[in-house]
Amino acid sequence: MDRDLEIKMYRDMLKIRLFEDKVNELVRKGELYGFYHLYTGQEAVAVGTCSALNRDDYITSTHRGHGHVIAKGLKLDRMMAELMGKVTGYNKAKGGSMHLASLEYGVLGANGIVGAGIPIATGAALSSKLQGNKRVAVCFFGDAASNQGSFHEAINIASAFNLPCIYMCENNLYGVGTRQSRVRKVENIADRAAAYAIPGKTIDGNDVMEVYCCVKEAVERAREGKGPTLIECRTYRWGTHHNAENDTYRPPEEVMEWKKKCPIKKFETVLLNEGILSPDEIVNIEKEIVRELDDAVEYGRNSKLPEIESALDDVLAE
Amino acid sequence: MSRMTFAKALRDAMSEEMRKDDKVILMGLDVGAYGNAFGVTKGMFEEFGGDRILDMPISEAGYVGAAVGAAATGMRPIAEVQFADWVTIATDQICNQAANMRYMSGGAIKLPMVVRLAEGGYVQAAAQHSHMWESWFAFVPGLKVVIPSTPADAKGLLKASIRDNNPVLFFEHKRLYDDKGEVPDEADFVLPIGKADIKKQGKDISIITYSYMVKKALEAAKILEKDGISAEIVDLRTIKPLDSETIVNSVKKTGRALCFQETWLTCSVMAEVAAVIAEQAMDYLVAPLKRLGAKEVPVPFSPDLENYVLPQTEDVVRTVKAMLGKDTKR
Repeated sequence: MDRDLEIKMYRDMLKIRLFEDKVNELVRKGELYGFYHLYTGQEAVAVGTCSALNRDDYITSTHRGHGHVIAKGLKLDRMMAELMGKVTGYNKAKGGSMHLASLEYGVLGANGIVGAGIPIATGAALSSKLQGNKRVAVCFFGDAASNQGSFHEAINIASAFNLPCIYMCENNLYGVGTRQSRVRKVENIADRAAAYAIPGKTIDGNDVMEVYCCVKEAVERAREGKGPTLIECRTYRWGTHHNAENDTYRPPEEVMEWKKKCPIKKFETVLLNEGILSPDEIVNIEKEIVRELDDAVEYGRNSKLPEIESALDDVLAE
Repeated sequence: MSRMTFAKALRDAMSEEMRKDDKVILMGLDVGAYGNAFGVTKGMFEEFGGDRILDMPISEAGYVGAAVGAAATGMRPIAEVQFADWVTIATDQICNQAANMRYMSGGAIKLPMVVRLAEGGYVQAAAQHSHMWESWFAFVPGLKVVIPSTPADAKGLLKASIRDNNPVLFFEHKRLYDDKGEVPDEADFVLPIGKADIKKQGKDISIITYSYMVKKALEAAKILEKDGISAEIVDLRTIKPLDSETIVNSVKKTGRALCFQETWLTCSVMAEVAAVIAEQAMDYLVAPLKRLGAKEVPVPFSPDLENYVLPQTEDVVRTVKAMLGKDTKR
């Protein structure tokens, strides 16, 4: 395993964690507005996955998308500017938290409709196949999205056409406030792969190396033209569905239990034990991220608001 | 000029664009060796092969969504919906995804894609194979809606739609597929999206219509001619963006307007056209404008019931005569 890559993976996970903490702080202070679906607790899935991808590979993301796009390379300053409604944001303040997109990094968009990104990623994979450019598409979605028709329709198409698509299910046990075992009988979502004659794996979504290795194998398979893979990552969101909601539906012991399985702490222990990072280096990494984050907030604050009339632009292309 | 069917004009439009640009692909039900439910794509599979003429499973949300993803990443897909009635299944991908994607991304993403849909009644196919949904999509910013009535328009506008860098909903009336007409031979025959066409000049009344109803309006105009009434037929050809200028100019000239369509009037294309006339040409009207469309029930199966529910040529004749204060006895 490449030492630099492991350190980058640790750094990216911590970056996501601290970014979400900052968002939460700014929302409470009233500096950010709107809804935020924080990714805290699921960092290993985004980072393990995107570490196995090239910059020009595609991803589609979800309403809980900050982690995915940071892991894919989006910069904190332009992300923060987008959340602050500034013109320097990735999407000129028209998308906000739930629709972050940047073709430069292969990010085809976070998405506010549950399951809607699944056919879109499938189409990107079709596009790669037809253009012969060897790119793969990764589709992030949650456990609840696996009950949508779009999931089944798209995976069937990818399977039939051997498309280079990786279906990355983040099973955090809840769809908004409903425990998914109450509305879905299949225990392992990965078992649904059998219905489409493709590989399906259920893995520990809080183990970044396990995610990385599993995705790497799926990516190789996809690039070789052998078709799609469905991966189910067992994980947990530490917070509520969105920031303005009360946690009335999850037993506090369950939340505590999962916080003990923190994916960042887990990887940190591995890196310390293996001597890849020293405690001092870890402190330094955190300091660097805090600085980057402070700069991002300043960048957002100092950026201009969009011209009001710009609300009328970007509906149609020339 | 060559004489050909509406279906062949569509086929030629797609084939020419596919020869010119290898990014153009066709996805849909039975579009391959089967040649499409109405024979539109016959021979295309043999010419372009299965990588570009892609038979899809019956999964409208899945493959229209895949067309969105392919368009966002450099392809120019044409997704075909075998009967427009079923586009409901793909509506999230069209209205929430395709229509919004460019805007939500602040202009970062463009979506050059066409959704072709076979629609319309008078085919004894009942309520899930006969309806017209163009007004739904015309409501949504970020989409274009095209709906031709002749083989020449079908060819010129489909080529324009394929070349357009935005999602275009292209509606084809099932009763028009076998119609023949003259189509220009030039390799680069393209018609602009957003331009209506005067299919017949007239001076007493403007009949504003589109799709298969253009034929009924022209038939009615012939009958009216015998009674000395000169009707002008305005074929919208594009619903979004709507060519208000041509509509308004025609109404200013004739002083009367019949807004005529095949389907229900409530919140429809002709509700919009009537509003445009009310806002921009009210002072030119010598009589109140009228709207004519289907009775507001699902399209029934029995030909007798269907013909009663959907507007007929005689309905146009009678309505126009009433508007001109002529004898309306049948």
